[in-house]
Amino acid sequence: MSTHTLSRGLNRKAYKPGENPWSVSRMIALLILAFLAATWLVPFGWAVLTSLKSEADAGATNLSLSPPDGFSFDAYRKVLTAGEIPAWAWNSLITSVAITVITVATSALAGYAFSRLDFRGRRWLYAAIIAAIIIPPQLLIVPLFRQMLAFDLVDTYWGIILPQAFAPAMVLILKRFFDQIPRELEEAARVDGANRLRVFWSIVLPLSRPILAAVAIFVFIGAWNNFLWPFIVTTDAGLMTLPVGLQTVKSAYGLQYAQNMASAILAALPLVVVFLFFQRQIIKGIATTGFGGQ
Amino acid sequence: MPTAIDSPAAATAVVAEGKLRARRSETLTGWAFAAPFAVLFVLFLVVPAIYGLYLSFTGETLTGANSDLVGFANYTEALTDPDMWRSLGNTLWFTFLSTVPLVVLSLAFALLVNLGLPGRWLWRLSFFLPYLLASTVVVLFWSWMYNPKIGLINGVLAELGIAPVAWLQDPKVAMFSVVITTLWWTIGFNFLLYLAALQNIPEQQFEAAAIDGAGKWRQLFAIVIPQLAPTTALILTLQVLASLKVFDQIYMLTNGGPAGSTRSIVQYIYESGFTGYRFGFSSAISYLFFAIIVLVSLAQYRLLNRRSGR
Repeated sequence: MSTHTLSRGLNRKAYKPGENPWSVSRMIALLILAFLAATWLVPFGWAVLTSLKSEADAGATNLSLSPPDGFSFDAYRKVLTAGEIPAWAWNSLITSVAITVITVATSALAGYAFSRLDFRGRRWLYAAIIAAIIIPPQLLIVPLFRQMLAFDLVDTYWGIILPQAFAPAMVLILKRFFDQIPRELEEAARVDGANRLRVFWSIVLPLSRPILAAVAIFVFIGAWNNFLWPFIVTTDAGLMTLPVGLQTVKSAYGLQYAQNMASAILAALPLVVVFLFFQRQIIKGIATTGFGGQ
Repeated sequence: MPTAIDSPAAATAVVAEGKLRARRSETLTGWAFAAPFAVLFVLFLVVPAIYGLYLSFTGETLTGANSDLVGFANYTEALTDPDMWRSLGNTLWFTFLSTVPLVVLSLAFALLVNLGLPGRWLWRLSFFLPYLLASTVVVLFWSWMYNPKIGLINGVLAELGIAPVAWLQDPKVAMFSVVITTLWWTIGFNFLLYLAALQNIPEQQFEAAAIDGAGKWRQLFAIVIPQLAPTTALILTLQVLASLKVFDQIYMLTNGGPAGSTRSIVQYIYESGFTGYRFGFSSAISYLFFAIIVLVSLAQYRLLNRRSGR
């Protein structure tokens, strides 16, 4: 499916010119849809509402929209100044960016090698990568942790980054994309004496920007949200990523619901911003490749 | 070494040698390109996979004591361990309970949104946004929703005169609560896949069907659902494999409780490795579970290939 037809399709109207857009059945469908969408937004709304209350009001049995103490940003102020959320967000940012850069760079290089270079051992490595896709990383936590102990990488950024900084599936996706680029484009440059790296850098990569962006966004979201591995490899609270740190907040703050919700919303915010900026790439990425994670 | 070409055979030999040299230089370039990925791949996937297999045949614990080979002892212990079977059963039950609505409801949502009703971006955003959240955030939201005394759900139930439900504390209800949370969190991904597939069905097919007198419902079952079969197959495959690996939301919502009623197999691997410090035993369960994943993948592959007639 080409991305062109898809982006056209995403904006297609389902009713035809002769059809009445305000028919009764369409109105019923609209009501059902509005109800479902509202249901899906309720947890967000309830969390935002709670985060704006005082702890006393948040902990009271009260569904009304006008809490006795009124609304305030107190919970956010406390979480941002007293808690470790800024440090965790920084750790998340550093590690996620590093994971994204390393994954995209290594996958693009390897994808190009598989697509264009007839090197010895190529089939063997390619088969290994395909086989590796079905190995769930969750099953490797024990041996991986023992390795990290041996490399002295427990409680370091590299310990968080390295085991997440490659993605066999992304290599395949990029290889498939490179396969579609006409070879003639490269051959002209090769005749002019450009070496492989030069051809890759100045011809193939610029043509692959959309797919590279999609891969980068997905790797970043996956890394930002990953819980299990950072949870295992960090014990030092100062080095925790946001998802891991939040897990400790939940128990530490105990019944401080307003602060709990404020932390959750602060942690969700960067991804909501990423989504609003890269909506098209994210939707196209899922629709065309079926990758996503979790 | 330049040679005089005085016969066709010599010419072929020169060409062959040139090709060989080109091949050799391609091998060097190829490995140079693949090396950065290959190094990470070998170090952090192949090595731990092999090391884990080795560990599964040892009695290794935290202190390194009893790190001798113990043969299949860990495997036989795992296979006779009621806790292992319980967490495997929970995982399969969760997979079944989550996969059905995550396929059926995502299709229903996509069909509704595809009707071309106004407010398209809002529907898309509402259903997809939760998918972007970290599991921790999802769990913070939902443990608050499920709070037995002051949570929103019981609050609304109370308004309706319904008795409060112990969403996460009642062993009969806890797994369903986990499924509801998972449904809310992850449906957006399947929904987007279905939406994209729906928009790729050629308009002419509907026009032709309408001319033949087929109503909307008839079109749905005669055109839309059959056309979506490959997408449904893809979603089913991805969903089953994703659900089998469930850990985060259960671990944080219920910690496997109450009374082990929601403990997943990945949690059992985690606990025997990192709280029980039985690395060998934990690795053995990993490999048993991996065998199940391979079997499921093979079964799905065969089923899907048969359906598409290949």
